[in-house]
Amino acid sequence: MITAAVQEREHYLNASYGIKSWLLTKDHKRIGLLYLATITLFFFLGGAFATLIRIELLTPQGDLVSSETYNKLFTMHGVTMIFFFLIPSIPATLGNFFLPMMIGARDLAFPRLNLLSWYLLVVGGLFSLFAMLAGGVDTGWTFYTPYSTSYSNTWVIATAVGIFIAGFSSILTGLNFIVTIHRMRAPGMTWFRMPLFVWAHYATSLIQVLGTPVLAVTLLLVLCERLFHIGIFDPALGGDPVLFQHLFWFYSHPAVYIMILPAMGVVSEIISTFSRKPIFGYGFVAFSSVSIAVLGFLVWGHHMFVSTQSVYAGMVFSFLSYFVAIPSAIKVFNWTATLYKGSISFATPMLYAFGFIGLFTMGGLTGLFLACLGIDVHVTDTYFVVAHFHYIMVGGAIMGFLGGLHFWWPKMTGRMYPEGWAKLSALTIFLGFNLTFFPQFILGYLGMPRRYHVYPEEFQVLHVLSTAGASVLAVGYMIPMIYLIWSLRYGQIAVANPWGATGLEWKTASPPPLHNFDETPIVTHEAYDYTTVMEEVIEVG
Amino acid sequence: MGKLPLFPEQASTFAPDVDHLLFFLLAVSVFFTVVIFSAIFYFAIRYRRRSEQELPRHVHTGMALEIVWSVIPFGLTMIMFTWGAAIFFKESRPPEDALPIYVVAKQWMWKLQHMEGQREINELHVPLGRTVKLTMTSEDVIHSFFVPAFRTKQDVVPGRYSTTWWKPTKAGKYHLFCAEYCGTKHSGMIGWIYVMEPQDYQKWLSGGAASGSMAENGAKLFQDLACSNCHKADGSGRCPSLVGLFGRDVKLSDGKVIKADEAYIRESILQPNAKIVAGFQPVMPTFQGLVTEEGVLSLIEYVKSLGEKPGAGAATGAGATPAAKSATEKR
Repeated sequence: MITAAVQEREHYLNASYGIKSWLLTKDHKRIGLLYLATITLFFFLGGAFATLIRIELLTPQGDLVSSETYNKLFTMHGVTMIFFFLIPSIPATLGNFFLPMMIGARDLAFPRLNLLSWYLLVVGGLFSLFAMLAGGVDTGWTFYTPYSTSYSNTWVIATAVGIFIAGFSSILTGLNFIVTIHRMRAPGMTWFRMPLFVWAHYATSLIQVLGTPVLAVTLLLVLCERLFHIGIFDPALGGDPVLFQHLFWFYSHPAVYIMILPAMGVVSEIISTFSRKPIFGYGFVAFSSVSIAVLGFLVWGHHMFVSTQSVYAGMVFSFLSYFVAIPSAIKVFNWTATLYKGSISFATPMLYAFGFIGLFTMGGLTGLFLACLGIDVHVTDTYFVVAHFHYIMVGGAIMGFLGGLHFWWPKMTGRMYPEGWAKLSALTIFLGFNLTFFPQFILGYLGMPRRYHVYPEEFQVLHVLSTAGASVLAVGYMIPMIYLIWSLRYGQIAVANPWGATGLEWKTASPPPLHNFDETPIVTHEAYDYTTVMEEVIEVG
Repeated sequence: MGKLPLFPEQASTFAPDVDHLLFFLLAVSVFFTVVIFSAIFYFAIRYRRRSEQELPRHVHTGMALEIVWSVIPFGLTMIMFTWGAAIFFKESRPPEDALPIYVVAKQWMWKLQHMEGQREINELHVPLGRTVKLTMTSEDVIHSFFVPAFRTKQDVVPGRYSTTWWKPTKAGKYHLFCAEYCGTKHSGMIGWIYVMEPQDYQKWLSGGAASGSMAENGAKLFQDLACSNCHKADGSGRCPSLVGLFGRDVKLSDGKVIKADEAYIRESILQPNAKIVAGFQPVMPTFQGLVTEEGVLSLIEYVKSLGEKPGAGAATGAGATPAAKSATEKR
C-alpha cells in the first residue's frame, strides 16, 4: 500500500523523463546526481592508475611498466583523484543536493550557474582525459618548474588547461553556496541554527572562491613559459623555480581543506544522528571549520622547508602550521564527547564516521611530524608524506563521502541500501586502508623517496604489504558500487526519515518533491533537536 | 625480499637528535590515539542504543572542557615547534671548519668534486668524524640531496647554490637518493656515500687520478677565459681585484653593501651587470654558456684561494674600489 503511494507521488526523479530533462536540468538535486555519476567515473579511473602503481611496486625492479609509464601513472592518478574526484566529491554531490534542503531552500541561488559548473567539470575532465589518452603527462600533479615548463616532453598543456577549466567549476560552486547560505535560508533558520554540514560547506566555499583563482593564474604562467618561453620560473630564462612552489601551494594547501572540511561536516551530521544528541560544542565545531579555512591560507610554506626558502620563513610556517592542529583537535574531541551518554546506533553511516575519526586522527597526528622542521627535513618527499596525505584525503575525505552517501542514499533515491553488505564494505575499506598505508609511514622514515619506479631491495616487504592492502581496499570500494546500483531497483522503499534525523531534508518525502518542500519550512529550534523528531517517529512507529 | 627493516641506521650527529624528537612526537601521538580510540569504543558500547524509542538527555557544552582540550594540545605543539626549529636552525648553519664538497646535479646523476680535485659520480667518499659541507647546484631541474642515514635532505635548485652539512659518526656505505621528482630516471638518480676511516680516506684521496686541485683548475680557467686581463691582482685593471675578496663586504654602486659569498661570485660571472661594484663601470660580458657549473665552482675555489678575510689594512672595503690596491700591496 505504501509502495503504491510512493510510486504515484510526483518527485524530482519522475517529474520529467528523457536525456534532455537531465542534461538541461536546473534542479540542484539532479545536478548533484550528474556530479555523482561523473566523479564516480573519475574515481574508478584514478583507482585503476593506483592499481597499476601498486602492482608495479610489488618488486624492486621496474618490470611491469617502463619508467616513463610509471611516472605518467602516478601523475594521472594524482591529477584525476585531486582535481576531478576529491575537490568536487562531497560539495558538488552531497552539498549540491542537500545544502539547499538543509536550510529550507527550493534550490541554490543560481541554478543555471550550477548546471554550468557541472559542464565545466565535464569539459575540464575531457581535456585531461584527452591528454591522458593522447600520451599522458609525467610532471606529478604538482607540476614543479622548471621540469614542467622546460623539460617534460609530455602533454602538460592539455592537462593544465583541463585543470584550469575545472577550477572554474569549483569557483562557481563555491560562489553559489556562499550566496545561497546568505540569502536563501528559510524563516527562522538563523546562522547558529544551521546544521554543521552547512557551516563546513560555507568554510569550504570561501577557500574555493579565494584560492582557486591563484591556481588558475599559476597554470597560466606555466603555459606562458612553456608555450612562449617567457621567463617566469626557469632560471635559464631568468625565472625563479621556487616562486612556482609558493604560488602552487598557496592554492594547493588550502585545497586539502576543500577536500576534508565537507567530510567533517558529513561526520558531524552522522555522529549527531546516530547518537541522537546535538553535537557537543556546536559553536566550537562551527567556528573550527571557519578557522581552518582562514589558517589554511597561512601555512603553504610548510611544503617547502628544504626548497631553499629562507630558514626564518621555514620557522614562521612551521609555527603557524601548528595552529591548524587546534581546530582539528577541537572537532575530534567534540565528536567523541557527543557520544557520551548518547543512544549509539551502529548503522553503516556511523561505522564510516567512526572510521573517519580513526583515520583522520592518525592523519592529523602525523601532520604534526611534518610541521616539525627537524623531522620534516628527513621525511619530506618520502612515503611518510604519501601515507600522511592518504590518511587525510582517502582515509578522511572518502570515508566521509561514503558515510554521507549511505546516510542520504534513502533520501536521494527513495531506496534503502542492504545493511549487511554495507557494514561489510565499511569494515573492508577500513582494514584495507590501514594495511595499504600504515606500512608507508615506516617506509618513509626508513628513507624510501616518493615517486620511485625502482627501489632498493630492503623496502620490498613493506611494499608487498601495501599492495596486499590495496587489493583489499579495491574490493572494499567495488562492493558499494555494486549494491548501491542494485538497491536502485531492489532496495527496500525508504520512508521520509529512516534514521530519526533532525535536518530539514528529512522533513520532506523520500525522494524529495521537485521543489523540495510542499510548503516552506519554518524553523523554530536549534539544529539537532531530537525531542520533536522523536515524538514524530514514535507517532509514526 | 625477506628483510624487514623498521628503523633507519643512525650515521650522523643529526640522526640521534632527529630520532629523539621523533620519539617525543610518537609518544604524544600514541597517547592521544589511545585516549580517543578508547573513549570512542567505551562510549559506543556503554551507550549503545537499547530501544528505538530511546531519547538521551541533552548534555550541555562545557566551556572549561573546550579550553582544556585546546590549551593542552597547543602547549604540546609549541614544544614540538621549538624543538624542531632548533634542529633545523643548526642544520642551516654549517660549521666554519667543514670539509667543502661541491655538487652539481643533472638529469640523472650526481657529480661531486673534492677541493683536491677528485671527481666522483654517484659516489662520495668522506672521512669519518669530519664535518662535511656540500655546496650544490643543478644544471637543469630541481633535485634533492637526501641521505636517510644522516637524516638530512636539501633541494638542489638550478640557478642558485644551496648548502647542507653533516658529520658522519659511523663508517659504512649509505644510500644517497634524489628526493625531488626530476623526470624519467628519477629513481635511478641514486648513489652511495662511503664513510671511511680517516687513514683510508687519505689513501683513497691520494690514489685517485685528480687533474689538479679545484683552485688550480680555476686558476687555469681564469687565464683561459681571459678574466685576468681586467681583474688584475694589483687592482690596476678595469675591473676590481679579486685578491682577498671572498667573505668580505663589497660596496655596490647603488650604495648597498653585500658579502662576497659563493652566490655573489656565481652571479657576477653569469650576470655581471646584476651588481656593480662602487667605482666601476659595467663593462664585463656575461659568461653564461661559456663556462659550466663545475667551471664556475672551480673559479669560486680559485677566488677563495686568493685569500680570505684580508688584514686590517683593507677593512673598509671593498675589494672592489681602487683602495683594494693598497691592501694588496700591504700583503
